[in-house]
Amino acid sequence: MSHSGNPIIQLTNVGKSYGNISALRDVSLTVRQGEVTCILGDNGAGKSTLISIIAGLITHDQGTYAVDGKPMTFNSPRQALDLGISAVYQTLALVPLLSVWRNFYLGSEIRVGSGLFRRLDVKTMQETAAEELRRMGINIVDLEQPVGTLSGGQRQVVAIARAVHFGARVLILDEPTAALGVAQSGLVLRYIATAARQHGIGVIFITHNPHHAYMVGDHFMVLSRGEVELDTPRAALTLEDLMYHMAGGAGLDALQHELHRGETQAA
Amino acid sequence: MSVLTETAETRSARRQLVRQPLWKKVMKRPEVGALGGVILVFAFFYVMAPPFRQLPALSIVLYQAATLGIPAVAVALLMIGGEFDLSAGVAVTSSSLAASMFATEIAGNIWIGIVFALVFSLAIGALNGYLLVRTKLHSFLVTLSTFLMLQGLNIAITKLVTGNVATQDIAGMDGFDLAHRIFASQFKIAGVSISIAIVYWLLFAVIATWVLLRTRMGNWIFAVGGQGDSARAVGIPVKRVKIGLFMVVGFSCWFTGMHMLFAYDTVQSGAGIGNELLYIASAVVGGCLLTGGYGSAAGSALGAFIFGMTTEGVIYADWDPDWFMFFVGAMLLLATVFNGWLRVRAVSRSK
Repeated sequence: MSHSGNPIIQLTNVGKSYGNISALRDVSLTVRQGEVTCILGDNGAGKSTLISIIAGLITHDQGTYAVDGKPMTFNSPRQALDLGISAVYQTLALVPLLSVWRNFYLGSEIRVGSGLFRRLDVKTMQETAAEELRRMGINIVDLEQPVGTLSGGQRQVVAIARAVHFGARVLILDEPTAALGVAQSGLVLRYIATAARQHGIGVIFITHNPHHAYMVGDHFMVLSRGEVELDTPRAALTLEDLMYHMAGGAGLDALQHELHRGETQAA
Repeated sequence: MSVLTETAETRSARRQLVRQPLWKKVMKRPEVGALGGVILVFAFFYVMAPPFRQLPALSIVLYQAATLGIPAVAVALLMIGGEFDLSAGVAVTSSSLAASMFATEIAGNIWIGIVFALVFSLAIGALNGYLLVRTKLHSFLVTLSTFLMLQGLNIAITKLVTGNVATQDIAGMDGFDLAHRIFASQFKIAGVSISIAIVYWLLFAVIATWVLLRTRMGNWIFAVGGQGDSARAVGIPVKRVKIGLFMVVGFSCWFTGMHMLFAYDTVQSGAGIGNELLYIASAVVGGCLLTGGYGSAAGSALGAFIFGMTTEGVIYADWDPDWFMFFVGAMLLLATVFNGWLRVRAVSRSK
């Protein structure tokens, strides 16, 4: 299962410090067309810093960040977006009381007419949104219904479908399956796979859950305290390995040892 | 990827195009509660107060509704955008005072006063909006401050300039006739005298409804009020939208102020206090949520109509006018409870 598409994003030894605290050190990462790159790690491991750099929210201060082979320094998410690098955050995606199709086109509305009578092209937007969502296998009964009435998974998928429709080449998904049930997570994971394999999008999938990562990932990176703990393609990894590294790797061994010793002493 | 199974994804993929029956669509509109209220209140006074049944009474009711309704339409837009304006009631009076005093004391022509008042009212709106986005305080606090400041300024400056609590009569000034015709004339239909303010009110309600539902700006207003962070994330200029909405309220205050000025020719500097709450009440009865992101401009017109009927209905029924406020309160409570219930039904998935 090799999807060796062209590299879109290449990070080489990227790092970021705040004063004398370094949040991220020596991270090298390649995101290819049609591949899902999973980034795992504990709280504070540097996942947010890494995706914020990729999405253009913050600027890296070490190493190089190249898009299509050209080194870049982004000053705003808009610049990243213009190059097709789009981030979907779990809470920042949609407006709950607004209808599905209005959310889909929010900020990129299609309009007809001119001057004072410039107005929304409601019909085109409704039909395109319906078509796009149907193509992705999302079943929404009524596009006029507020997004807030959709399930968590459907909401996540609508947000992703929107990013894909508006030309994302690289999708950064920040914990899209956190706080979702099993069925809902399945919906989102299936959609992540569709986006990568059928639409050739490079996906960066940030998650806490090694099971979810292993289901869709082509490449895995585990971060720990701002450093790369594990960086490997799928072929060289089993789910057990991934879970071991995710759970804390060598640190976990030490903890287990310590706790076990405590038990025997008490006995 | 053998892990992925292709199940259950296209169970009913074409159901998007199913048309809903009209009554279900209507029941989901935010203003449907207010429509019910209009029918109930109308029926109530129709039965209780015989003079209420006459056409001239309807014209007076509509006029009352228009003076509330013009600012209420703008306040509804602002509330959908997620903010309040408590200063709107006195800002109407401020605008009349500004026009009247600038014209009589400085300019000599009423039209210069009118333009001055327009700039002044838009500036108050812009100031409210700017303070809001700059200080990040709640709009309740920001506009409560401007409300109190304007209330003081209205009386203090009027006394300073005229030595009185009211302004001079402006009838007969240069440009008065045309301005009176534009802002405060009457016309007759079937022998019933009708104020032009009613026409403006309905016109503004129609324009605001169109903007909300059929333009990009309308989409942005809903988004800004519904979830500002999401709106910012898709590139909507949230601050500019909010400042713009406050300026729309400023415009509506100017317009109402000009009507008041040319309807009475003189301005009482203490007028307008308390009206801001009636504007907000009209918008809320019409389906606006206090938390923003939901509501209707047409609904605010229905809300204003309900309050117009109540003001006049109490008089026609020969009751003490003090009952008016009681009715306003009771209706607000009923309407909010009923609207809340309707909204829960509308957004629930069961159809």
